[in-house]
Amino acid sequence: MPNTRPLSPHLGIYRWRINMLQSTLHRLTGLFLCLGALLVAWGLIAAATSSAAWDTFAGFCGSLGGEILLFLWTWALLFHLCNGIQHLVRDMGKGFGPPRRDRRFTPSYWPAGWFVLGLSVVLTVLVWGLLIARMTGGAA
Amino acid sequence: MSAYPGQQGLRTPLKVARGNGSSKTGVHHWWLQRVTAVALIPLSIWFLFLVGGLLHAGYPMVLAAIAQPVHAIFLIVLSACLFWHGALGLQVIIEDYVHTRWLELTLEVALRFGATLGALACVMAVLSVWLTGTSYY
Repeated sequence: MPNTRPLSPHLGIYRWRINMLQSTLHRLTGLFLCLGALLVAWGLIAAATSSAAWDTFAGFCGSLGGEILLFLWTWALLFHLCNGIQHLVRDMGKGFGPPRRDRRFTPSYWPAGWFVLGLSVVLTVLVWGLLIARMTGGAA
Repeated sequence: MSAYPGQQGLRTPLKVARGNGSSKTGVHHWWLQRVTAVALIPLSIWFLFLVGGLLHAGYPMVLAAIAQPVHAIFLIVLSACLFWHGALGLQVIIEDYVHTRWLELTLEVALRFGATLGALACVMAVLSVWLTGTSYY
């Protein structure tokens, strides 16, 4: 029997801010990374099973769909990592700036949030740029 | 005006003894989530480099990489932390969005079984590659 108690106010009544986006993305990327954990398990078990099993796994990773998923997993991991580090910093009570409630001021955690989001995208591009350079360049 | 020495606020001794009200447990979940998160920071960066280095590597190279003791140990710790951290996170998602009690409980138990199975499978896979060496090919 479902719990019919009222829930907290709907998301729709709030004006979207970067910290809400961060919070939502943190949960979504976390969920997505749990599927990534299953991929890691598949890879390790395939490696322990046989050459054919590994080829099946490598074939999935090398397919177009697999590569798109791997790219998304890279970004999800890097965002969850950067945002998670910010979470740890904020858990220590740091990084909130002066307690301003005045709408004329931008709280310091908004630009910090955009920085985290931007950093995750830059790092993802950097990782894939290095991988592609390594694949096409041959050496290194 | 306090009912017993050291009382803070309006809590009765029974309330203090029984603890945490509707949250059932204290900071254990929160704390473990942070501890596994801290462990996963270096482990996941290391893992990115490992996978990046093994791109398009053949099966023998992959086995050799896993069988290196340092890699094997890190992979085992990574597997444990990854599934543990993931299970803690999924638990909160289930608690937040599943409001049917029996379904919530079923999912949480299934989640624990699944996470334990996944972590154990990873650890066993790494151990088998490590301990049997690269004798597969």
